[in-house]
Amino acid sequence: MAEIYSRLQKKLEAGHFVVCSEMGPPIGADPDFIRNKARMLKGYVDAVNLTDNQTAIVRMSSIAAAKIASDEGLEMIIQATCRDRNRIGLQSDILGASALGLRNILCLSGDHQSFGMDKGAKNVFDLDSVQLVRTVHDMVHKGVLLNGKEMKSPPKMFIGAAANPFADPFEMQMLKLMKKVEAGAQFFQTQAIYNLDKFEYWMEEVRKLGIHERVYILAGILPTRSVKALKIMKNHVAGMDIPDAVIERFEKSDDPEAEGVEMAVETIERVKKIEGVRGVHLMPVMWEKITPVIVEKASLYPRPEVD
Amino acid sequence: MIVAEQKKITEIIEMLGDDFETLFIVGCGTCVTVSMAGGGREVKALAELLRLYYSEQKKDIKIETATVKRQCDFEFLDEIEEEVERTDLVLSLGCGVGVQHLAERYPDRVILPGLNTSFYGATTGVGEWSERCIGCGNCVLDKYMGVCPVARCSKGLLNGPCGGSQDGKCEVNPEIDCGWELIYNRAVRLGKLKELARYEPPKDWQTYRDGGPRKLVNTEYFDG
Repeated sequence: MAEIYSRLQKKLEAGHFVVCSEMGPPIGADPDFIRNKARMLKGYVDAVNLTDNQTAIVRMSSIAAAKIASDEGLEMIIQATCRDRNRIGLQSDILGASALGLRNILCLSGDHQSFGMDKGAKNVFDLDSVQLVRTVHDMVHKGVLLNGKEMKSPPKMFIGAAANPFADPFEMQMLKLMKKVEAGAQFFQTQAIYNLDKFEYWMEEVRKLGIHERVYILAGILPTRSVKALKIMKNHVAGMDIPDAVIERFEKSDDPEAEGVEMAVETIERVKKIEGVRGVHLMPVMWEKITPVIVEKASLYPRPEVD
Repeated sequence: MIVAEQKKITEIIEMLGDDFETLFIVGCGTCVTVSMAGGGREVKALAELLRLYYSEQKKDIKIETATVKRQCDFEFLDEIEEEVERTDLVLSLGCGVGVQHLAERYPDRVILPGLNTSFYGATTGVGEWSERCIGCGNCVLDKYMGVCPVARCSKGLLNGPCGGSQDGKCEVNPEIDCGWELIYNRAVRLGKLKELARYEPPKDWQTYRDGGPRKLVNTEYFDG
Protein backbone atom coordinates (compact mmCIF):
# COMPACT_ATOMS: atom_id res chain seq x y z
CA MET A 1 0.00 0.00 0.00
CA ALA A 2 1.00 3.60 -0.49
CA GLU A 3 2.61 5.60 2.26
CA ILE A 4 0.16 6.98 4.76
CA TYR A 5 0.07 10.75 4.86
CA SER A 6 -3.34 11.54 6.33
CA ARG A 7 -5.57 10.53 9.20
CA LEU A 8 -8.40 9.90 6.76
CA GLN A 9 -6.22 7.49 4.83
CA LYS A 10 -5.15 5.80 8.05
CA LYS A 11 -8.78 5.18 9.05
CA LEU A 12 -9.60 3.78 5.64
CA GLU A 13 -6.59 1.50 5.69
CA ALA A 14 -7.60 0.33 9.16
CA GLY A 15 -10.92 -0.74 7.65
CA HIS A 16 -13.18 1.83 9.28
CA PHE A 17 -16.33 2.92 7.44
CA VAL A 18 -15.50 6.62 7.23
CA VAL A 19 -17.70 9.70 7.32
CA CYS A 20 -16.71 12.80 5.39
CA SER A 21 -18.60 16.02 5.26
CA GLU A 22 -18.44 19.24 3.35
CA MET A 23 -18.08 22.86 4.26
CA GLY A 24 -18.71 25.84 2.01
CA PRO A 25 -16.45 28.78 2.80
CA PRO A 26 -17.97 32.27 3.19
CA ILE A 27 -18.34 35.00 0.61
CA GLY A 28 -16.22 37.18 2.84
CA ALA A 29 -13.09 37.12 4.94
CA ASP A 30 -14.40 36.16 8.39
CA PRO A 31 -12.33 33.32 9.88
CA ASP A 32 -14.88 32.78 12.70
CA PHE A 33 -17.41 31.66 10.12
CA ILE A 34 -15.14 28.68 9.43
CA ARG A 35 -14.23 28.15 13.10
CA ASN A 36 -17.88 27.96 14.14
CA LYS A 37 -18.70 25.41 11.47
CA ALA A 38 -15.60 23.42 12.38
CA ARG A 39 -16.56 23.26 16.06
CA MET A 40 -20.01 22.03 15.12
CA LEU A 41 -18.59 19.13 13.09
CA LYS A 42 -15.69 18.17 15.33
CA GLY A 43 -15.91 14.59 16.54
CA TYR A 44 -18.75 13.70 14.18
CA VAL A 45 -16.83 13.28 10.95
CA ASP A 46 -13.44 11.90 9.91
CA ALA A 47 -12.67 14.57 7.34
CA VAL A 48 -14.28 17.62 5.84
CA ASN A 49 -14.08 18.84 2.26
CA LEU A 50 -13.56 22.53 1.77
CA THR A 51 -15.05 23.47 -1.56
CA ASP A 52 -13.14 25.47 -4.15
CA ASN A 53 -15.39 28.30 -5.35
CA GLN A 54 -18.21 25.83 -5.89
CA THR A 55 -20.73 26.59 -8.63
CA ALA A 56 -18.17 29.15 -9.80
CA ILE A 57 -19.03 31.66 -7.08
CA VAL A 58 -16.19 33.59 -5.45
CA ARG A 59 -15.61 32.46 -1.87
CA MET A 60 -12.73 32.30 0.60
CA SER A 61 -10.00 30.08 -0.83
CA SER A 62 -10.29 26.38 -0.11
CA ILE A 63 -6.74 26.15 1.23
CA ALA A 64 -6.96 29.19 3.50
CA ALA A 65 -10.31 28.10 4.93
CA ALA A 66 -9.08 24.51 5.31
CA LYS A 67 -6.09 25.74 7.32
CA ILE A 68 -8.38 27.66 9.68
CA ALA A 69 -10.60 24.61 10.17
CA SER A 70 -7.58 22.35 10.53
CA ASP A 71 -6.34 24.55 13.38
CA GLU A 72 -9.63 23.71 15.13
CA GLY A 73 -8.61 20.06 15.02
CA LEU A 74 -10.53 18.88 11.95
CA GLU A 75 -9.01 16.68 9.27
CA MET A 76 -9.49 18.58 6.04
CA ILE A 77 -9.76 17.71 2.34
CA ILE A 78 -8.90 20.65 0.11
CA GLN A 79 -10.61 20.80 -3.25
CA ALA A 80 -8.84 21.90 -6.39
CA THR A 81 -10.66 22.66 -9.60
CA CYS A 82 -9.04 23.13 -12.98
CA ARG A 83 -11.34 26.04 -13.84
CA ASP A 84 -9.44 28.88 -12.21
CA ARG A 85 -5.76 27.92 -12.15
CA ASN A 86 -3.34 26.62 -14.73
CA ARG A 87 -0.69 23.98 -14.09
CA ILE A 88 1.59 26.59 -12.53
CA GLY A 89 -1.02 27.88 -10.07
CA LEU A 90 -2.34 24.44 -9.16
CA GLN A 91 1.05 22.92 -8.38
CA SER A 92 2.10 25.98 -6.43
CA ASP A 93 -1.04 25.77 -4.29
CA ILE A 94 -0.52 22.05 -3.70
CA LEU A 95 2.97 22.76 -2.35
CA GLY A 96 1.55 25.52 -0.17
CA ALA A 97 -1.30 23.36 1.13
CA SER A 98 1.09 20.56 2.06
CA ALA A 99 3.42 23.04 3.80
CA LEU A 100 0.41 24.16 5.87
CA GLY A 101 -0.14 20.57 6.96
CA LEU A 102 -3.17 19.87 4.78
CA ARG A 103 -2.97 16.25 3.75
CA ASN A 104 -5.96 15.41 1.55
CA ILE A 105 -6.94 16.75 -1.84
CA LEU A 106 -9.92 16.22 -4.11
CA CYS A 107 -9.09 16.87 -7.77
CA LEU A 108 -11.97 18.21 -9.88
CA SER A 109 -12.63 19.68 -13.31
CA GLY A 110 -14.87 22.31 -11.72
CA ASP A 111 -18.31 23.67 -12.54
CA HIS A 112 -18.31 25.88 -15.60
CA GLN A 113 -18.27 29.60 -14.82
CA SER A 114 -21.66 29.98 -16.51
CA PHE A 115 -23.23 28.58 -13.31
CA GLY A 116 -21.93 31.39 -11.16
CA MET A 117 -22.13 35.13 -10.87
CA ASP A 118 -19.09 35.85 -13.04
CA LYS A 119 -20.38 34.49 -16.31
CA GLY A 120 -18.00 36.79 -18.18
CA ALA A 121 -14.93 35.23 -16.57
CA LYS A 122 -12.31 33.54 -18.74
CA ASN A 123 -11.81 29.93 -17.69
CA VAL A 124 -8.55 28.03 -17.61
CA PHE A 125 -8.94 24.23 -17.87
CA ASP A 126 -5.24 23.95 -18.68
CA LEU A 127 -5.37 20.52 -17.00
CA ASP A 128 -8.36 18.22 -16.69
CA SER A 129 -9.17 16.25 -13.55
CA VAL A 130 -7.34 13.13 -14.73
CA GLN A 131 -4.22 15.11 -15.54
CA LEU A 132 -4.47 16.88 -12.18
CA VAL A 133 -4.68 13.55 -10.34
CA ARG A 134 -1.58 12.34 -12.16
CA THR A 135 0.22 15.61 -11.51
CA VAL A 136 -0.45 15.39 -7.76
CA HIS A 137 0.48 11.71 -7.79
CA ASP A 138 3.82 12.41 -9.45
CA MET A 139 4.51 15.34 -7.12
CA VAL A 140 3.76 13.26 -4.04
CA HIS A 141 5.04 9.83 -4.98
CA LYS A 142 7.80 10.61 -7.47
CA GLY A 143 8.84 14.00 -6.13
CA VAL A 144 8.63 15.66 -9.54
CA LEU A 145 6.67 18.53 -10.95
CA LEU A 146 4.79 18.24 -14.22
CA ASN A 147 7.75 19.81 -16.03
CA GLY A 148 10.07 17.10 -14.68
CA LYS A 149 11.77 19.29 -12.08
CA GLU A 150 12.67 17.28 -8.99
CA MET A 151 11.82 18.59 -5.54
CA LYS A 152 13.87 18.14 -2.41
CA SER A 153 10.75 18.20 -0.26
CA PRO A 154 7.77 16.81 -2.14
CA PRO A 155 4.24 17.48 -0.88
CA LYS A 156 2.38 14.86 1.14
CA MET A 157 -1.18 14.26 0.06
CA PHE A 158 -3.85 11.56 0.06
CA ILE A 159 -5.30 11.93 -3.42
CA GLY A 160 -8.98 11.90 -4.23
CA ALA A 161 -11.19 12.47 -7.23
CA ALA A 162 -14.87 12.72 -8.01
CA ALA A 163 -17.02 10.02 -9.55
CA ASN A 164 -20.46 10.60 -11.00
CA PRO A 165 -22.47 7.38 -11.37
CA PHE A 166 -25.30 9.36 -12.99
CA ALA A 167 -23.51 11.22 -15.78
CA ASP A 168 -23.58 10.29 -19.45
CA PRO A 169 -22.37 8.62 -21.56
CA PHE A 170 -22.08 5.84 -18.98
CA GLU A 171 -19.49 3.70 -20.75
CA MET A 172 -17.28 6.71 -21.43
CA GLN A 173 -17.61 7.85 -17.82
CA MET A 174 -16.38 4.42 -16.71
CA LEU A 175 -13.35 4.74 -19.01
CA LYS A 176 -12.60 8.10 -17.45
CA LEU A 177 -13.03 6.70 -13.95
CA MET A 178 -10.51 4.00 -14.78
CA LYS A 179 -8.13 6.67 -16.07
CA LYS A 180 -8.37 8.40 -12.69
CA VAL A 181 -7.50 5.11 -10.99
CA GLU A 182 -4.52 4.59 -13.29
CA ALA A 183 -3.45 8.20 -12.75
CA GLY A 184 -3.17 7.62 -9.01
CA ALA A 185 -6.49 8.41 -7.38
CA GLN A 186 -6.66 6.81 -3.92
CA PHE A 187 -10.23 7.68 -3.02
CA PHE A 188 -13.40 8.62 -4.85
CA GLN A 189 -16.25 10.74 -3.54
CA THR A 190 -19.38 10.24 -5.59
CA GLN A 191 -22.03 12.64 -6.76
CA ALA A 192 -25.04 12.81 -4.42
CA ILE A 193 -27.06 9.62 -4.59
CA TYR A 194 -30.84 9.83 -4.86
CA ASN A 195 -31.22 7.11 -7.45
CA LEU A 196 -30.03 4.11 -5.42
CA ASP A 197 -30.82 1.53 -8.09
CA LYS A 198 -28.58 3.35 -10.55
CA PHE A 199 -25.88 3.65 -7.90
CA GLU A 200 -26.02 -0.08 -7.20
CA TYR A 201 -25.70 -0.81 -10.90
CA TRP A 202 -22.73 1.56 -11.10
CA MET A 203 -21.07 -0.17 -8.15
CA GLU A 204 -21.51 -3.52 -9.94
CA GLU A 205 -19.60 -2.10 -12.91
CA VAL A 206 -17.00 -0.64 -10.53
CA ARG A 207 -16.52 -4.08 -8.97
CA LYS A 208 -16.27 -5.77 -12.38
CA LEU A 209 -13.32 -3.49 -13.12
CA GLY A 210 -11.82 -4.14 -9.69
CA ILE A 211 -11.79 -0.42 -8.94
CA HIS A 212 -13.14 -0.98 -5.42
CA GLU A 213 -10.00 -2.95 -4.58
CA ARG A 214 -7.68 -0.17 -5.69
CA VAL A 215 -9.56 2.96 -4.55
CA TYR A 216 -11.69 3.75 -1.50
CA ILE A 217 -15.19 4.67 -2.60
CA LEU A 218 -17.15 7.13 -0.48
CA ALA A 219 -20.82 7.42 -1.36
CA GLY A 220 -22.18 10.95 -1.70
CA ILE A 221 -25.23 11.79 0.41
CA LEU A 222 -26.93 15.16 0.12
CA PRO A 223 -29.42 15.60 2.97
CA THR A 224 -32.10 18.12 2.13
CA ARG A 225 -35.27 19.42 3.74
CA SER A 226 -36.73 21.26 0.82
CA VAL A 227 -38.79 20.17 -2.19
CA LYS A 228 -37.75 23.38 -3.86
CA ALA A 229 -34.06 22.54 -3.44
CA LEU A 230 -34.67 19.06 -4.87
CA LYS A 231 -36.45 20.49 -7.89
CA ILE A 232 -33.67 23.00 -8.47
CA MET A 233 -31.08 20.24 -8.21
CA LYS A 234 -33.04 18.00 -10.55
CA ASN A 235 -33.36 20.65 -13.21
CA HIS A 236 -30.41 22.98 -12.80
CA VAL A 237 -27.52 21.21 -11.09
CA ALA A 238 -25.12 19.48 -13.43
CA GLY A 239 -24.98 15.72 -13.17
CA MET A 240 -27.77 15.18 -10.61
CA ASP A 241 -30.26 12.31 -10.91
CA ILE A 242 -33.30 12.77 -8.68
CA PRO A 243 -36.19 10.36 -9.30
CA ASP A 244 -39.72 11.80 -9.14
CA ALA A 245 -40.54 9.40 -6.31
CA VAL A 246 -38.07 11.24 -4.07
CA ILE A 247 -39.72 14.57 -4.77
CA GLU A 248 -43.19 13.06 -4.19
CA ARG A 249 -42.04 11.67 -0.86
CA PHE A 250 -41.08 15.15 0.29
CA GLU A 251 -44.23 16.73 -1.08
CA LYS A 252 -46.36 14.32 0.96
CA SER A 253 -44.40 14.83 4.16
CA ASP A 254 -45.66 17.05 7.02
CA ASP A 255 -42.17 17.39 8.46
CA PRO A 256 -39.63 17.82 5.66
CA GLU A 257 -36.70 18.18 8.09
CA ALA A 258 -37.45 14.82 9.70
CA GLU A 259 -38.04 13.36 6.24
CA GLY A 260 -34.67 14.68 5.08
CA VAL A 261 -32.86 13.13 8.01
CA GLU A 262 -34.70 9.85 7.58
CA MET A 263 -33.95 9.65 3.91
CA ALA A 264 -30.26 10.39 4.47
CA VAL A 265 -30.06 7.71 7.17
CA GLU A 266 -31.86 5.20 4.93
CA THR A 267 -29.48 5.95 2.09
CA ILE A 268 -26.44 5.56 4.35
CA GLU A 269 -27.75 2.21 5.60
CA ARG A 270 -28.34 1.00 2.08
CA VAL A 271 -24.98 2.05 0.63
CA LYS A 272 -23.18 0.64 3.67
CA LYS A 273 -24.32 -2.81 2.60
CA ILE A 274 -22.92 -2.46 -0.91
CA GLU A 275 -19.63 -4.26 -1.43
CA GLY A 276 -16.87 -1.77 -2.10
CA VAL A 277 -18.43 1.28 -0.45
CA ARG A 278 -15.95 2.32 2.24
CA GLY A 279 -17.62 5.37 3.65
CA VAL A 280 -20.01 8.21 3.06
CA HIS A 281 -19.56 11.81 2.07
CA LEU A 282 -22.27 14.07 3.51
CA MET A 283 -22.93 17.35 1.74
CA PRO A 284 -25.89 19.08 3.32
CA VAL A 285 -25.98 22.33 1.37
CA MET A 286 -27.08 25.24 3.62
CA TRP A 287 -27.94 22.74 6.35
CA GLU A 288 -24.58 21.83 7.82
CA LYS A 289 -25.86 21.64 11.39
CA ILE A 290 -27.78 18.49 10.50
CA THR A 291 -24.58 16.49 9.92
CA PRO A 292 -24.10 15.50 13.61
CA VAL A 293 -27.77 14.47 13.83
CA ILE A 294 -27.52 12.23 10.78
CA VAL A 295 -24.22 10.71 11.93
CA GLU A 296 -25.78 9.79 15.28
CA LYS A 297 -29.00 8.46 13.77
CA ALA A 298 -27.06 6.33 11.32
CA SER A 299 -25.21 4.81 14.29
CA LEU A 300 -21.91 6.19 13.02
CA TYR A 301 -21.12 8.06 16.24
CA PRO A 302 -18.63 8.15 17.89
CA ARG A 303 -15.98 8.23 15.19
CA PRO A 304 -12.86 6.09 15.55
CA GLU A 305 -9.64 7.70 16.76
CA VAL A 306 -6.26 7.33 15.07
CA ASP A 307 -2.94 9.02 15.81
CA MET B 1 -14.16 29.28 -42.46
CA ILE B 2 -14.23 32.30 -40.19
CA VAL B 3 -17.78 32.98 -39.04
CA ALA B 4 -18.85 36.48 -38.08
CA GLU B 5 -21.98 38.48 -37.37
CA GLN B 6 -22.71 42.11 -37.95
CA LYS B 7 -22.64 44.43 -34.97
CA LYS B 8 -25.95 46.03 -34.00
CA ILE B 9 -26.71 49.12 -36.06
CA THR B 10 -26.94 51.24 -32.89
CA GLU B 11 -23.43 50.18 -31.91
CA ILE B 12 -22.14 50.94 -35.39
CA ILE B 13 -23.71 54.41 -35.36
CA GLU B 14 -22.25 55.16 -31.93
CA MET B 15 -18.85 53.90 -33.03
CA LEU B 16 -18.88 56.07 -36.17
CA GLY B 17 -19.54 59.19 -34.08
CA ASP B 18 -20.21 62.68 -35.44
CA ASP B 19 -16.87 63.81 -36.70
CA PHE B 20 -17.00 62.72 -40.34
CA GLU B 21 -18.60 63.61 -43.65
CA THR B 22 -17.59 60.67 -45.82
CA LEU B 23 -17.78 56.98 -45.03
CA PHE B 24 -16.45 54.02 -46.98
CA ILE B 25 -17.89 50.60 -46.18
CA VAL B 26 -15.70 47.69 -47.31
CA GLY B 27 -17.01 44.15 -47.50
CA CYS B 28 -15.06 40.94 -47.85
CA GLY B 29 -15.88 38.34 -50.49
CA THR B 30 -14.68 35.24 -48.70
CA CYS B 31 -15.62 33.75 -45.30
CA VAL B 32 -17.93 36.48 -44.03
CA THR B 33 -19.82 36.47 -47.33
CA VAL B 34 -20.71 32.85 -46.64
CA SER B 35 -21.86 33.61 -43.10
CA MET B 36 -23.90 36.48 -44.54
CA ALA B 37 -22.32 39.13 -42.38
CA GLY B 38 -19.97 41.14 -44.59
CA GLY B 39 -20.45 40.28 -48.26
CA GLY B 40 -21.65 42.56 -51.07
CA ARG B 41 -25.29 42.17 -50.10
CA GLU B 42 -24.70 43.08 -46.45
CA VAL B 43 -22.51 46.04 -47.42
CA LYS B 44 -25.26 47.41 -49.63
CA ALA B 45 -27.97 46.86 -47.01
CA LEU B 46 -25.94 48.52 -44.27
CA ALA B 47 -25.16 51.50 -46.51
CA GLU B 48 -28.87 51.95 -47.27
CA LEU B 49 -29.76 51.79 -43.61
CA LEU B 50 -27.10 54.34 -42.66
CA ARG B 51 -28.10 56.68 -45.48
CA LEU B 52 -31.66 56.56 -44.22
CA TYR B 53 -30.57 57.20 -40.67
CA TYR B 54 -28.33 60.16 -41.51
CA SER B 55 -30.92 61.73 -43.81
CA GLU B 56 -33.47 61.54 -41.00
CA GLN B 57 -30.88 63.16 -38.75
CA LYS B 58 -30.48 65.88 -41.43
CA LYS B 59 -26.81 65.07 -41.72
CA ASP B 60 -25.05 65.25 -45.03
CA ILE B 61 -23.00 62.08 -45.05
CA LYS B 62 -21.62 60.62 -48.24
CA ILE B 63 -21.37 56.83 -48.17
CA GLU B 64 -19.39 54.77 -50.69
CA THR B 65 -19.13 50.99 -50.78
CA ALA B 66 -16.97 48.22 -52.21
CA THR B 67 -16.46 44.53 -51.58
CA VAL B 68 -12.99 43.11 -52.17
CA LYS B 69 -12.18 39.49 -52.76
CA ARG B 70 -10.21 39.10 -49.53
CA GLN B 71 -9.36 41.78 -46.98
CA CYS B 72 -6.53 39.62 -45.65
CA ASP B 73 -4.35 40.08 -48.75
CA PHE B 74 -2.74 43.43 -49.65
CA GLU B 75 -3.20 42.83 -53.38
CA PHE B 76 -6.97 43.15 -52.98
CA LEU B 77 -6.68 46.12 -50.62
CA ASP B 78 -4.66 48.00 -53.23
CA GLU B 79 -7.77 48.03 -55.46
CA ILE B 80 -9.62 50.38 -53.12
CA GLU B 81 -6.83 52.90 -52.54
CA GLU B 82 -8.67 55.82 -54.20
CA GLU B 83 -11.85 55.37 -52.18
CA VAL B 84 -9.95 54.96 -48.91
CA GLU B 85 -7.82 58.05 -49.53
CA ARG B 86 -10.84 60.28 -50.20
CA THR B 87 -13.00 59.25 -47.21
CA ASP B 88 -12.88 60.28 -43.56
CA LEU B 89 -13.81 56.93 -42.09
CA VAL B 90 -13.53 53.34 -43.25
CA LEU B 91 -15.93 50.72 -41.86
CA SER B 92 -14.75 47.19 -42.54
CA LEU B 93 -17.24 44.36 -42.82
CA GLY B 94 -14.37 41.90 -42.80
CA CYS B 95 -13.33 39.72 -39.90
CA GLY B 96 -10.86 41.00 -37.31
CA VAL B 97 -8.04 40.03 -39.64
CA GLY B 98 -9.47 42.16 -42.42
CA VAL B 99 -9.90 45.21 -40.19
CA GLN B 100 -6.29 45.01 -39.03
CA HIS B 101 -4.94 44.37 -42.49
CA LEU B 102 -6.76 47.45 -43.78
CA ALA B 103 -5.28 49.48 -40.92
CA GLU B 104 -1.81 48.20 -41.80
CA ARG B 105 -2.25 49.01 -45.48
CA TYR B 106 -3.74 52.45 -44.78
CA PRO B 107 -1.91 53.75 -41.69
CA ASP B 108 -3.34 57.29 -42.01
CA ARG B 109 -6.98 56.23 -41.99
CA VAL B 110 -9.24 55.25 -39.10
CA ILE B 111 -10.55 51.73 -39.81
CA LEU B 112 -13.54 50.59 -37.74
CA PRO B 113 -14.96 47.07 -37.28
CA GLY B 114 -18.54 46.46 -38.42
CA LEU B 115 -18.54 42.77 -37.47
CA ASN B 116 -17.97 40.65 -34.44
CA THR B 117 -15.67 37.84 -35.51
CA SER B 118 -17.14 34.76 -33.88
CA PHE B 119 -15.29 31.52 -34.57
CA TYR B 120 -14.00 28.96 -37.06
CA GLY B 121 -17.03 26.98 -38.01
CA ALA B 122 -19.08 25.03 -40.49
CA THR B 123 -22.54 25.58 -41.97
CA THR B 124 -24.87 23.41 -39.90
CA GLY B 125 -28.25 24.62 -41.07
CA VAL B 126 -29.95 27.37 -43.03
CA GLY B 127 -28.40 30.55 -41.70
CA GLU B 128 -26.69 28.55 -38.97
CA TRP B 129 -23.00 28.07 -38.32
CA SER B 130 -21.30 26.14 -35.52
CA GLU B 131 -17.83 26.23 -34.01
CA ARG B 132 -15.57 23.33 -34.88
CA CYS B 133 -11.98 24.47 -34.31
CA ILE B 134 -10.11 26.92 -32.10
CA GLY B 135 -6.89 26.87 -34.12
CA CYS B 136 -4.76 25.43 -31.30
CA GLY B 137 -1.90 24.81 -33.69
CA ASN B 138 -1.48 21.12 -32.93
CA CYS B 139 -4.33 19.03 -34.31
CA VAL B 140 -5.49 16.11 -32.17
CA LEU B 141 -8.47 15.00 -34.26
CA ASP B 142 -6.78 11.67 -35.00
CA LYS B 143 -7.09 10.76 -31.32
CA TYR B 144 -10.72 11.78 -30.93
CA MET B 145 -12.54 10.17 -33.82
CA GLY B 146 -12.64 13.40 -35.79
CA VAL B 147 -14.49 15.38 -33.12
CA CYS B 148 -12.39 18.00 -31.36
CA PRO B 149 -12.63 18.03 -27.55
CA VAL B 150 -10.63 21.26 -27.40
CA ALA B 151 -13.24 23.13 -29.43
CA ARG B 152 -16.39 21.17 -28.66
CA CYS B 153 -16.18 20.39 -24.96
CA SER B 154 -16.98 23.57 -23.02
CA LYS B 155 -14.06 22.80 -20.72
CA GLY B 156 -11.76 21.47 -23.43
CA LEU B 157 -11.29 18.25 -21.46
CA LEU B 158 -8.90 15.77 -23.06
CA ASN B 159 -9.55 12.63 -21.01
CA GLY B 160 -13.30 12.26 -21.06
CA PRO B 161 -16.55 14.03 -20.23
CA CYS B 162 -17.04 15.97 -17.02
CA GLY B 163 -19.70 14.92 -14.54
CA GLY B 164 -22.12 17.50 -15.88
CA SER B 165 -22.93 15.73 -19.12
CA GLN B 166 -26.46 14.33 -19.23
CA ASP B 167 -28.63 13.05 -22.07
CA GLY B 168 -26.00 14.07 -24.57
CA LYS B 169 -26.11 17.71 -23.58
CA CYS B 170 -23.55 20.03 -22.04
CA GLU B 171 -23.95 21.39 -18.51
CA VAL B 172 -23.41 24.90 -19.82
CA ASN B 173 -26.52 24.94 -21.99
CA PRO B 174 -28.96 22.26 -23.20
CA GLU B 175 -28.62 23.72 -26.71
CA ILE B 176 -24.99 22.56 -26.77
CA ASP B 177 -24.24 18.95 -27.64
CA CYS B 178 -21.78 17.35 -25.22
CA GLY B 179 -18.59 17.11 -27.28
CA TRP B 180 -17.61 13.95 -25.45
CA GLU B 181 -20.94 12.29 -26.23
CA LEU B 182 -20.19 12.95 -29.91
CA ILE B 183 -16.68 11.54 -29.56
CA TYR B 184 -18.04 8.50 -27.73
CA ASN B 185 -20.78 7.86 -30.32
CA ARG B 186 -18.27 8.02 -33.19
CA ALA B 187 -15.90 5.71 -31.33
CA VAL B 188 -18.66 3.14 -30.82
CA ARG B 189 -19.67 3.39 -34.46
CA LEU B 190 -16.08 2.99 -35.64
CA GLY B 191 -15.44 0.17 -33.16
CA LYS B 192 -12.60 2.14 -31.57
CA LEU B 193 -13.86 2.75 -28.04
CA LYS B 194 -10.72 1.18 -26.59
CA GLU B 195 -8.67 4.03 -28.01
CA LEU B 196 -10.49 6.44 -25.71
CA ALA B 197 -9.17 4.59 -22.66
CA ARG B 198 -5.70 5.99 -23.37
CA TYR B 199 -4.40 8.69 -21.01
CA GLU B 200 -3.85 11.99 -22.75
CA PRO B 201 -1.17 14.15 -21.09
CA PRO B 202 -1.54 17.92 -20.62
CA LYS B 203 -1.51 19.76 -23.92
CA ASP B 204 1.43 21.89 -24.98
CA TRP B 205 -0.22 25.26 -25.57
CA GLN B 206 2.84 26.92 -27.10
CA THR B 207 1.34 26.40 -30.55
CA TYR B 208 -1.75 28.32 -29.45
CA ARG B 209 -1.82 31.97 -28.39
CA ASP B 210 0.17 31.04 -25.29
CA GLY B 211 3.32 31.13 -27.37
CA GLY B 212 2.54 34.76 -28.24
CA PRO B 213 1.05 35.98 -31.56
CA ARG B 214 1.75 33.35 -34.16
CA LYS B 215 3.41 33.49 -37.53
CA LEU B 216 3.73 30.81 -40.16
CA VAL B 217 6.52 30.85 -42.73
CA ASN B 218 6.49 28.29 -45.52
CA THR B 219 10.07 28.14 -46.71
CA GLU B 220 9.53 25.16 -48.96
CA TYR B 221 7.68 27.04 -51.67
CA PHE B 222 8.78 30.59 -51.23
CA ASP B 223 12.53 30.55 -50.58
CA GLY B 224 14.88 31.60 -53.33
